[in-house]
Amino acid sequence: MKLTVNGTEYEVDVEPDMPLLWVLRDELGLTGTKYGCGVAQCGACTVHVDGTAVRSCQLAAADISGEITTIEGLGSAEALHAVQEAWIEHQVAQCGYCQSGQIMAAASFLEFNTEPTDEDIDRAMSANLCRCGTYPRIRAAVKSAAAKLNGA
Amino acid sequence: MSTVGKIARRTFLIGSAAVAGGVAFGIHVVKRPIDNPLLADLAEGEAAITPYVKIDANGITLITPRADKGQGSYSVQANLIAEELDIDPATATITPGMPGPAYFNGAVLEEGVPFPAYDQSAVAEAMREFMAVPAKLFQMQMTGGSSTVPDGYVKLRMAGAVARETLKEAAAKRAGVARGDLKTQDGHVILPNGDKLAYTDLAAEASQLAPIQDVALRDPSEWRLLGKAATRRVDIPEKTTGAIKYGIDHAVEGMVHAAVRANPGIGGDVVSYDASAAEGMRGVQKVMPVAHGVAVIADNTWRAFKAVEAIEIEWGPGPYPASSPEIFETLAAAVNNEEAFDHRQRNEGDVDTSLANGEVFEATYKLPYLAHAPMEPMNVIALVEGGKVTIWTGTQIPLFIRNRAALIAGVEAENVDVHVLPMGGSFGHKLEMTHCEQAVEIAAAMQGTPVKLTWSREEDMTHDYPRPAAVAVGRGKVADGKVDTFDLSVGQSALAPSWFGRLMGMGIPGPDATITTGSWDQPFGIPNYRVTGYRAPEMVPVSSWRSVGASGNGFLHNAFLDELIHSAGADPLEERLRLCIDDTSRKVMEAVGEMSGWNGTDIGENRGRGVAFTLSFGVPCAQVIDVTNTDQGIKIDKVFVAADVGRVLDPTNIDAQLFGGVIFGLSHAMNCELTYENYAPLQNNYHQYEGMRLYQTPEFEVKVLENGPKIRGVGEPGLPPAAPALAGAIFAATGTRLREMPFNKFVDFV
Ligand code: FES
Ligand code: FES
Repeated sequence: MKLTVNGTEYEVDVEPDMPLLWVLRDELGLTGTKYGCGVAQCGACTVHVDGTAVRSCQLAAADISGEITTIEGLGSAEALHAVQEAWIEHQVAQCGYCQSGQIMAAASFLEFNTEPTDEDIDRAMSANLCRCGTYPRIRAAVKSAAAKLNGA
Repeated sequence: MSTVGKIARRTFLIGSAAVAGGVAFGIHVVKRPIDNPLLADLAEGEAAITPYVKIDANGITLITPRADKGQGSYSVQANLIAEELDIDPATATITPGMPGPAYFNGAVLEEGVPFPAYDQSAVAEAMREFMAVPAKLFQMQMTGGSSTVPDGYVKLRMAGAVARETLKEAAAKRAGVARGDLKTQDGHVILPNGDKLAYTDLAAEASQLAPIQDVALRDPSEWRLLGKAATRRVDIPEKTTGAIKYGIDHAVEGMVHAAVRANPGIGGDVVSYDASAAEGMRGVQKVMPVAHGVAVIADNTWRAFKAVEAIEIEWGPGPYPASSPEIFETLAAAVNNEEAFDHRQRNEGDVDTSLANGEVFEATYKLPYLAHAPMEPMNVIALVEGGKVTIWTGTQIPLFIRNRAALIAGVEAENVDVHVLPMGGSFGHKLEMTHCEQAVEIAAAMQGTPVKLTWSREEDMTHDYPRPAAVAVGRGKVADGKVDTFDLSVGQSALAPSWFGRLMGMGIPGPDATITTGSWDQPFGIPNYRVTGYRAPEMVPVSSWRSVGASGNGFLHNAFLDELIHSAGADPLEERLRLCIDDTSRKVMEAVGEMSGWNGTDIGENRGRGVAFTLSFGVPCAQVIDVTNTDQGIKIDKVFVAADVGRVLDPTNIDAQLFGGVIFGLSHAMNCELTYENYAPLQNNYHQYEGMRLYQTPEFEVKVLENGPKIRGVGEPGLPPAAPALAGAIFAATGTRLREMPFNKFVDFV
């Protein structure tokens, strides 16, 4: 089957029910997307399909019709996405393992909600677990990213 | 010259050695006496140097031997070197290096001595230094106990300073000027005429010189990187772009993927298994038994997970009581039972006489088993080939893994290489190596093929080696509105023998101080004051969990003290201050009082405020927590944190470590426990072990003080006071006393 990831088209030969997470990690070598729980609980595996955040551990390869963006395609060290910039500015990451998922969740959320209230942020970002407890800085970083995206 | 510099030179020398095309600076083992056990297993010549800085024509490498599991230790180690070396650490390669005995961690055992951390007496200090010897013997290239900063504070700066001066000497020789006339900046030596010579260009010449030992460490007032809020963690950019490769992301040419299922009753056997369904599944190459379980080798992680699930396995019983009720009965039976007596490191006044008459207050507390559950599950790549073993994994204990792998594969330890990779969290989990043993076992059966073993979340949480469960009984008395008698008895399985048993194949003898660490060593003076540890038999095998003994004792000591203070009719902060016998600790409590505008626990209708204080890993930490009792349950509004670390090296990161520790403490206090049925924990994924989420996260105000006599790490001390401060706040808001975790058994949280 064919998959478009970060603008590149790939031909993969996998079972239809293999979760996208493992296609990305083991078949395509895109390891920025993380395995945390495999059961839709932690959000470490969050990627975008046509701009919408989804949990790649729950999405069967055969069911994907849109374009996939992973953390590797969101921005790069040279051209950071506004959310990544805010994440560095606020020194969010500790172990960092959950952060690909956090950043992908935040980037998609801010596409749909350009002027989020504190409550919106709390609700949208609560689906992603961080065992290191970086939440206070995630909150702050999402706010600055929103401001940045609004050209403030 | 700073005194630190003098002390450092008395303790060790920084040496140098020529390496291919350049020079390395580090701990120099000058002589190698035959009977020095630290060096006994080193090959001739190998002992010469264990580098911290390596410079060649290609660039500068900083070797940061203490593992980073998310707490920013690579960064602080790199900054310690870079501060003296005059480079921008972002331009250097930073690597943990290969395990070697000269990286022994003296500080990790230091606080295992029978003196509370606030005791700076000569005897206590001598004991702490003595403890560095067993650390060497135990080959502790180990990261834990918030020890990275204390251990590296002098060594790493010295390495940077000696390297700098030696490079200057090389420049002085080449240019024919005096070393004293040279300056350094940004990886260059600056000549008097303004010309710049790159360190990389001087490295080969520097390797021919005797290292310049007579260097003074810079005064903190001159620091550019250390102690500066603007200093960034070097690892954060790659953790933000997804570029960082954790152990689980690492790949080796030609590797296959393994999954295991081991008996969920840890240590139990496999009675029989039927793998016929698994063997026919796509990508499956092999099914084989491993110790206590079965493994599948496939061509993809998911296929291996799926196939191992498809194996029907009949498990034998686990080697401990089968269920939580039985386990808690055993713990309760140990408390105040003379036969289970383990240690009593605090015994002041006359507790027995005091409790023999008058009104005695008594309360019983229960702490559950807790999984570490870092976001990255255990994983490792092992290759066994031609009498050699190579291992790639994120770990805090590379040397133990090296030795065990050698044993399993039947090779000499020097034929085992362990590459330490970045860790996606640990909280003490990566002080274990069962997954590595399994991987070497599998790789030995697949000679020449690298095997990557990944534990599923379920496998990981089931084989977590949790924090010990405990039952404690407090008995006490108050007099004249003051706490008069405090007697706390803690019953728990011993942690150190369980863990060392796995690491070294033998337990360690003697009492296990971790049963009462965080209770016996608190800086309070109470007229009759006693803390006793009772050792329950080993049940579920247990290990170190963030803040170790203090994680549970922080709650026990504070919760019981709170109840006594309440029955005395005193204020919980005022009374703690009155009882405090350590200046540094008192200032921390005063600071949290000031920050929160402390004026009692009543902060309005349906609201409540609690306070707690724990001295752990030498760091006094006080917290005030405010909650509101809403219609939907308890909402944690705000946490004030004050702590004293002696000296702040990375303020932005310390802040994060402290609130991260608090969140970890609150998460588990609110929601988490492992309960056992049929030898296995009933919780095996995050939906049954629910940490705090963003919407529950309170506001934080953090203040770090620098009055303490020693520099301290801060990865753990934020945790212990969190649960009891929350319990105190909930009591103030609702009148409900919480004596058992998790609290959600008794109250709801928003
Ligand atoms: S791995 Fe997909 S939500 Fe946890
Ligand atoms: S940064 Fe470690 S889990 Fe979030």
